[in-house]
Amino acid sequence: MSELKLMKGNEALAEAAIRAGVDAYFGYPITPQSEVIEYLMTERPEQRTGMVVLQAESELAAINMVYGAASTGKKVMTSSSSPGISLKLEGISYIAGAELPAVIVNVVRGGPGLGTIQPSQADYFQSVKGGGHGDYKLYVLAPSSVQEMADFVEDAFKIAFKYRAPVLILSDGLIGQMMEKVNLKDQQKRLTDEEVIKLNGNWATTGKPKTRERNIITSLDLQSEKMEARVHRLMKKYERMEQEDLRYEEYQTEDAEYLFVAYGSSARIAQKAVQLARAKGIKAGLLRPITLFPFPKKVLLNLANQVQGILSVELNAGQMVEDVRLSVEHKVPVEHFGRTGGIIHTPEEVLEALEQKIIK
Amino acid sequence: MNVLDIIKPENQVFCKSKLMTDTTLSYCPGCGHGTAHNLTMEVIDELGICENTIGVAPVGCSVLAYDFMNIDMTQAAHGRAPAVATAIARTWPKKYVFTYQGDGDLAAIGTAETIHACNRGENIVIIFINNGIYGMTGGQMAPTTLEGMHSSTSPYGREIKTMGSPLKITELISNLPGVYYVTRQAVHTHKHARKTKKAIKKAFENTRLKKGLSFIEIVSNCNSGWKMTPNEANIWMEEHMFPYFPLGDIKVNGILK
Ligand SMILES: Cc1ncc(C[n+]2csc(CCOP(=O)(O)OP(=O)(O)O)c2C)c(N)n1
Ligand code: SF4
Repeated sequence: MSELKLMKGNEALAEAAIRAGVDAYFGYPITPQSEVIEYLMTERPEQRTGMVVLQAESELAAINMVYGAASTGKKVMTSSSSPGISLKLEGISYIAGAELPAVIVNVVRGGPGLGTIQPSQADYFQSVKGGGHGDYKLYVLAPSSVQEMADFVEDAFKIAFKYRAPVLILSDGLIGQMMEKVNLKDQQKRLTDEEVIKLNGNWATTGKPKTRERNIITSLDLQSEKMEARVHRLMKKYERMEQEDLRYEEYQTEDAEYLFVAYGSSARIAQKAVQLARAKGIKAGLLRPITLFPFPKKVLLNLANQVQGILSVELNAGQMVEDVRLSVEHKVPVEHFGRTGGIIHTPEEVLEALEQKIIK
Repeated sequence: MNVLDIIKPENQVFCKSKLMTDTTLSYCPGCGHGTAHNLTMEVIDELGICENTIGVAPVGCSVLAYDFMNIDMTQAAHGRAPAVATAIARTWPKKYVFTYQGDGDLAAIGTAETIHACNRGENIVIIFINNGIYGMTGGQMAPTTLEGMHSSTSPYGREIKTMGSPLKITELISNLPGVYYVTRQAVHTHKHARKTKKAIKKAFENTRLKKGLSFIEIVSNCNSGWKMTPNEANIWMEEHMFPYFPLGDIKVNGILK
């Protein structure tokens, strides 16, 4: 039975993971996402569903545990916050290179360095441009509510197994920490070992029966031609993601003359700014990318033919604005408005920025 | 007995395991990695556990172990094999999981993963090839490089004052309660290889009995890295490595010797 609850974003994500039939979670505490592992440990998922939960000695270990369990075809996830994700990038690059399904959650805080524990969107570049070494991308889902924190877990696993690729849920300290009502889905059964072998036994390292060749999980190709072929295979996946699994949301864009582009918590604030603008007679609209990679480039280009200017609203010093500019091909002015250091912009500030930077 | 008689399967004391592939080994002639691979595969074959075994390959000369071992294998990032194996063993508790790692991999970049997997007493087997040097990357100093030993990054010999003492990681981890079986062996003679095989078998049996972690150090040579002929390397190993890394059991059935 689905269930309505009042929960923190981090807790909703953890509960959704148990309900989605996830096989294992490996993590290491860091604010503002420690509630994920705390909740999981408290809920005794090993008793509820048989899910394995382990506190690793470091983020490095945690992500390599994810790599290990994913290589055997299991449904496995981890979560962390900015400095922890930096440590996880080595493993994330290996997961992408070895073409393994896995879900990674980043509840972003302000940086660089130890930074602050307050919310931020300053890990946009790291998330959508690769981050770790080599030619790879992550499919990036950006939730903007506690409900989406819960819903995106299952969505992320679907994508991860569809493409055999790592998926990132890019949240932030605001959504991770705030409480909202959330509709939790029914408990799904975890797959049995036999079902995992049936489903993924053609590629996963589940133990070699006489009936098949050995399965090898590796990201190593010492022969250049083979390595190039691997990179091309990855790039094909990313093209397919763009064609089949791009996600975005439009708010009051039909007649919009000015456009906000914002994701995650910024999108909630920008949505309110649209309402404030409309009350003042300014025809503003909002495009919210739900997937940051793939990015809704074509949608933006189309909107650029209609609006007079675009404001990219972010909790950083200007990151997504680069992708917005690239998408609209210089058709209209694009400006950035952001706060950093863990400060959240108010809807009034956002509207003011639109008036000063775009409408003038 | 002529040569043809000697190479008849029934007369061979040592032959290629059925679980080794036909791929030509990428190791230098005389290197201990090949023998250690073969012994591991013999044990898995003899125990009949191929279908339930998952190996984790390291970064180092044995990075391509999966090309030679005809079993399911996952290749791990440099030093992270114990974390990878932890997750496999946790999510597939009925499987036999082992890592195969060099000294750079296990005792330098992967020290944390090694110590913590051992401390948790993961139900896995760690096979640790200690050749006192980084072979793959061209003979740089390892944590296990002996005092005074030359390498490309200790060209005047390892100096304790600035570079620390050779790390006895095996003794270190043997003190952890989660570690059930620790032994140090070698593979450069038939006699030693047979003992090593026994140790590996015991380790996999420990996995079957869910006893926790079994750790087998194999002191081996790196004739290329040490810049010696294979024979010289083996003699040097006996004279220099064995006194510092003495062979034999260190912990059996959870009890320190
Ligand atoms: C993160 C990272 N750092 C460094 C390397 C380079 N590297 C590859 S193998 C190796 C040393 C391996 O030595 P060891 O584990 O002793 O194995 P051996 O080659 O001697 O068998 C190093 C430093 C790497 N691949 N990844
Ligand atoms: S470099 Fe050393 S460890 Fe590597 S294969 Fe050659 S002898 Fe063996």
